[in-house]
Amino acid sequence: MNIVKYRRIFFAGSLILIGVALYSLFSFGLNLGSDFVGGTVMEIEYRTSRPELAVLKTALAETKLESLSIAPAGEKKLIVKAKVISEEEKETINRILSLDGKAQFVEKRFSQVGPALGKELSRKGLIAISLVVLLTIIFIAFVFRQVSKHYLSSWKYGVVAIIALAHDIIISSGAMALLGYFYGAEADALFLTALLTILGLSINDTIVVFDRIRENLNRHSSNDFSEVVGISLNETYTRSINTTLTIIITLVCLLIFGPESTRYFSAVLLVGMTVGTYSSIFIAANLLVEWEAYSRRKVVAKGRK
Amino acid sequence: MTKIRFWAIILLLAGVLVGYFNYYSQVNPQWSFFRPFKLGLDLSGGSRLTYEADVARLNPADVSDAMSSLREVIERRVNVFGVSEPVVQTESSSLSGTTHHRLVVELPGVTDIKEAVKMIAQTPQLEFYALRAGVGVEMASSTDFVATSLTGQYLKKAQVTFNQNSLSPSISIEFNGEGAKLFATITKANVNKPVAILLDGQIISAPTVREEIRDGRAEISGQFTVEEARELTRNLNLGALPVPIKLASTEIVGATLGSEATQKGVGAGLIGLLIVAIFMILWYRLPGLVAVVSLSIYVMLMLAIFKLLPVTLTAAGIAGFILSIGIAVDANVLIFERLREELKAGRGMHEATKEGFSRAWSSIRDSNLTSIISAAILFWFGTSLIKGFALTLSVGIIVSMFTAITVTRTLLLALGFRNQVGWSKFLFGQAFFKR
Repeated sequence: MNIVKYRRIFFAGSLILIGVALYSLFSFGLNLGSDFVGGTVMEIEYRTSRPELAVLKTALAETKLESLSIAPAGEKKLIVKAKVISEEEKETINRILSLDGKAQFVEKRFSQVGPALGKELSRKGLIAISLVVLLTIIFIAFVFRQVSKHYLSSWKYGVVAIIALAHDIIISSGAMALLGYFYGAEADALFLTALLTILGLSINDTIVVFDRIRENLNRHSSNDFSEVVGISLNETYTRSINTTLTIIITLVCLLIFGPESTRYFSAVLLVGMTVGTYSSIFIAANLLVEWEAYSRRKVVAKGRK
Repeated sequence: MTKIRFWAIILLLAGVLVGYFNYYSQVNPQWSFFRPFKLGLDLSGGSRLTYEADVARLNPADVSDAMSSLREVIERRVNVFGVSEPVVQTESSSLSGTTHHRLVVELPGVTDIKEAVKMIAQTPQLEFYALRAGVGVEMASSTDFVATSLTGQYLKKAQVTFNQNSLSPSISIEFNGEGAKLFATITKANVNKPVAILLDGQIISAPTVREEIRDGRAEISGQFTVEEARELTRNLNLGALPVPIKLASTEIVGATLGSEATQKGVGAGLIGLLIVAIFMILWYRLPGLVAVVSLSIYVMLMLAIFKLLPVTLTAAGIAGFILSIGIAVDANVLIFERLREELKAGRGMHEATKEGFSRAWSSIRDSNLTSIISAAILFWFGTSLIKGFALTLSVGIIVSMFTAITVTRTLLLALGFRNQVGWSKFLFGQAFFKR
């Protein structure tokens, strides 16, 4: 398979995916959960059957509580969301939901996050992502320092790895926005975890490819950088696909059989792992080729002057 | 060869033994050496309460002391209520200038929010206020009192005493060494002036100081009934809070939801492992089988580490563990792909195995190091949920490097194929020799 030759086609494919992702991010937005913005989430399960939603909604409207919403889940469950509420307000809500004791339910989950804590999580998330990015560039520049004597200096490998990462993160976040729009999935702390995992594993994948390029640069005395990259890609893609396949298998199992709380987490990871492998095989190494060709053209242009 | 086979057998036996320990300690929870798995709140059910501590009035240098005594006090309080294995931790995070100090309380098995909140926050907060400078004693009203540094933090013990004449109950308190010194200073400065004693921000009494009190004893005589005095004394002894706290977030998971999540998480992991094992054996044949054995040893080791450390398992933690299995498989796949290349290049089986490992090592090392970097950042920054994930993932990556390099390698070498003829060619499979 000549991956390097058709690189422009792969670039185009990625650009389309990124376009779709950015469109959904900007038009639907991420459905940020209480972990980030603060608020209350309560999950209850009725003992016998769930009362009519419309009845509950009208009754709840009388409490005049801001941004209070209910959504059905499963057969007898109900998910209640609100801003941060007091103990009395919670009792009022509980009384209404139980139709004054006529419809008994069990409280399965109650979580309330103060707005300050939520803000802190988003800030920490951003800092964590920036730190990962920064340390990765430094790490790659250091580990690949010997490649600098061939064609491209090592920090460019770091930059390309980060571009591949941005590609994976944007597409995964776009997937999250779509999940939020169509299934009401909430971007919570687990979503942040998923993004950071994608970050880690996608770099892992990219480095395996770069490692092979590093080795082949020393082994082959070819004059053509793109040829060395092509050889390296052909030598590594079976491994990349096999590895991702095993991770995808475990994720699909987690998605189908796993607990509900990690469902969207698995879905986002699934998207992230797939595009992560795609980007390390078809995008990262090809970007190196493109960059090398560009700097060669620049040198030639300078020479002509 | 004999030596390698010896080590291979040792590794296999060790794997079986660790597996047996895991099983045995799970069915015999009393066994002291290995404990059963420690399940997080989201799996076992319970509540997590996060409190914001108000340290504005403290000297910055005293904050960490005050926070740790806050932790001790709450711990004592929670223990009295007989919750099994409560976790009380303090956290501080400083972002954009202001430092937040928090107290996180985890109460496994407590799913009633009212009960949980009551357990923690009902502790009385004891404070001593003195008159502001320049205010005349006769003119003094309750707003003229200002806080002193003496609080319940310095309390040694409290007990109910009865006034000999009126028989009305009062509470006598005794300060510890440091508290006694503070009390002496305050009383010395306020002779013939009132000093207010506050419980939970309310002035209980404001006796006038006659002389400097050096022995660190004081008496609170308010309008108590005997019952009230007893309860206050008990609560004061359990610990007056050195720092005022406010509930910032609550999380409660019902027990059924938790066990559902555990069963499903474990089930998903097992099914995933099984399919991965089948895939590995079909694609790589004998080396695939070796990888499956090595992965089983990996899983056993990880479970043992979870028990020994112990790692509190959460849904996110289990997800991290399942992902780390993927990474462990990756190390094996990298090695086998290299092995296959060496075999195609015409090397003998033994040499190709050794060469394949040494060549795969650089990519395993570099790629896993980057993953560990991001896991470490996650651990450093994360909330408890993210921390659990990062911990299992990073421990998993480290252990997987070990099992891939030692276990898989030893087992493959111990099989001892010297050349690629006949049945060994079949066992090592199409994947190794075609193309």
